Amino acid sequence: MSLAPITQVSGRAVYIPGADIDTDRIIPARFMKCITFDGLGEFAFFDVRFDEHGQPTAHPLNDPRFAGASILLAGANFGCGSSREHAPQSLRKYGFDGIIAESFAEIFFGNSTTLAMPCVIASAADVAALRAAVAADPATLLTIDVMALRVRSSGGLDIPVTMPESAREALVSGRWDPIQELLDNVAAIDAKAAALHYV
Amino acid sequence: MGKSLFQKVWDTHRVGTLADGRTQLFIGTHLIHEVTSPQAFGMLRDLGLQVKFPQRTFATVDHIVPTRNQSAPQDPLAAAMMTALRDNVTEFGITYFDLASGKQGVVHVVGPEQGITQPGTTIACGDSHTATHGAFGAIAFGIGTTQVRDVLATQTLALETLKVRRIEVSGQLPPGVYAKDVILHIIRLLGARGGIGYAYEYAGEVFERMSMEERMTVCNMSIEGGARCGYVNPDAKTLAYLRDRPYVDMTDFETTAARWLAWASDADAVYDDLVRIDAATIEPTVTWGISPDQGIAISETIPDPDRAPTQQEKDSILEALAYMKLPAGAPIKGVAIDVAFIGSCTNGRLSDFREVARYLRGHQVAPGVTALAVPGSQIVAALCEQEGLPQIFRAAGFEWRDAGCSMCLAMNPDKLVGDQLCASSSNRNFKGRQGSSTGRTVLMSPLMVAAAAIRGSIADAREVFALEPRA
Ligand code: SF4
Repeated sequence: MSLAPITQVSGRAVYIPGADIDTDRIIPARFMKCITFDGLGEFAFFDVRFDEHGQPTAHPLNDPRFAGASILLAGANFGCGSSREHAPQSLRKYGFDGIIAESFAEIFFGNSTTLAMPCVIASAADVAALRAAVAADPATLLTIDVMALRVRSSGGLDIPVTMPESAREALVSGRWDPIQELLDNVAAIDAKAAALHYV
Repeated sequence: MGKSLFQKVWDTHRVGTLADGRTQLFIGTHLIHEVTSPQAFGMLRDLGLQVKFPQRTFATVDHIVPTRNQSAPQDPLAAAMMTALRDNVTEFGITYFDLASGKQGVVHVVGPEQGITQPGTTIACGDSHTATHGAFGAIAFGIGTTQVRDVLATQTLALETLKVRRIEVSGQLPPGVYAKDVILHIIRLLGARGGIGYAYEYAGEVFERMSMEERMTVCNMSIEGGARCGYVNPDAKTLAYLRDRPYVDMTDFETTAARWLAWASDADAVYDDLVRIDAATIEPTVTWGISPDQGIAISETIPDPDRAPTQQEKDSILEALAYMKLPAGAPIKGVAIDVAFIGSCTNGRLSDFREVARYLRGHQVAPGVTALAVPGSQIVAALCEQEGLPQIFRAAGFEWRDAGCSMCLAMNPDKLVGDQLCASSSNRNFKGRQGSSTGRTVLMSPLMVAAAAIRGSIADAREVFALEPRA
């Protein structure tokens, strides 16, 4: 199985305010009643994008200036809560290619990497600078350089970001979906199974 | 230099190191349910793969099951998910505790109950509350659906190792303070992000004294503190619980028991971090906001944003109070409730219902409050039945339902309506968690939920009931 290396992603960005954005917020549980991930994109952030009467709210994703944004900017602990892969799947299907945040919840981070959606960590000050640049000019293009671990803006910002080396390596070498490598080690898996008392 | 249980289990299950530096870890036990597995089976079929060790995966149905008339969901999507699970387990030869088995329930209640959850094992499930199984000294992870596929196809996962934080709670818990209060207190102290990168080892007198069910309550909410997993070292209580359970091999239990106990952290184990808490400082704890770390003791007042030390904290208090429609600086006690929910994989076990029933006699749910008691599994329901607990709950004005996740999340008919406020024994108070985008959740122990149901407002169980000192 050969996968495309993800060395950089770029696009216009949208800032989603708040810390601890949980996966229930990203995809409310009622939309998880599905047996495929297809069609989840339209329900991303549904309960904060629409009010009780189904009317669009002032959420940034409803703001026409940010329509088509493919980079998500966020605060700390983005994606906390449930392990539902439906959350990164819905963001991916909504059209996001990468996320820049102050920090990520671990399960969400891992799920996103496996979907080839790089999640990079920037300082609060740098997130604020990117946010200001995007707010001032929504046409600003952000590039997440996964190789060099930098985020650059078309307006001249160039900030350092971090990501665990294993995730970076997996993305840039096209091994973000580990299934083939896991399968390749079948002999070692069988040996381990035989050695464990309870298996 | 000694090893912690986490390190022992990790090292024993390591298959190798992957090119990106991660560990390929063998997952001895895999639990699945209807919500996060259908897509994984789909991916398996797309890749033309088989389930490698079908005998190591166990399935049940919980999230979407209606708690009235369990087997006949009115919702066609729920029915489709049930059918998909049944078809998948049949096709791949996986054990399924279905509705007709008498053993169905929330996956984290079923695993321990069946004795599938055992010390020194690795457990994965497409559900973040898999940490629950750590109560037995297992290393148990919540995983995403693509990883469910990985476990089905290879019985392994690509994982980063974790640091270990030992959390010692010593001393004696005051009456009316339960396992739920302990974990809400820990999360409040260390924060919802405090555990990122860590496994939590819960140690010290308080956890040693706890029953297995109480330990499950604590481990269950590890993820709410940001920790990927949490565990308690196995001891005599662990053995007593597991003895004679269906999936425990009793042929040479002495040897098995010795092997299990040996997984416990060594006395000279080295930890990455150590936190010490005095049990006497823990009060009945309730949440006031939209993140599980936004908790206060029942005697305290709702935080005042103007007193927040940082702007960021001020913003998060303002956001939470705006959503919760609660006044800054006012006591949390006395806030009116609409719904009371006792159940979920945090607090839906026999001991939870027993403890509430002990005090519920002679009390009535306040007018206008909907009160639900939902056993975590069909077996819990049957045990409660044997002890006559449903009658006590019903007499007090609770609805006694069938097993399932119920009002813990919004995937079955049990949902909040509008901005109803729910006193809940579950584990998450996120915006919209209980099924209404404006619904409000206040987390607390089951007895505190009962107290709130009776008063019609958030109350101190120690004032509502004449609590007996701990045995
Ligand atoms: S009871 Fe709640 S937390 Fe537990 S598995 Fe069900 S939905 Fe998840």
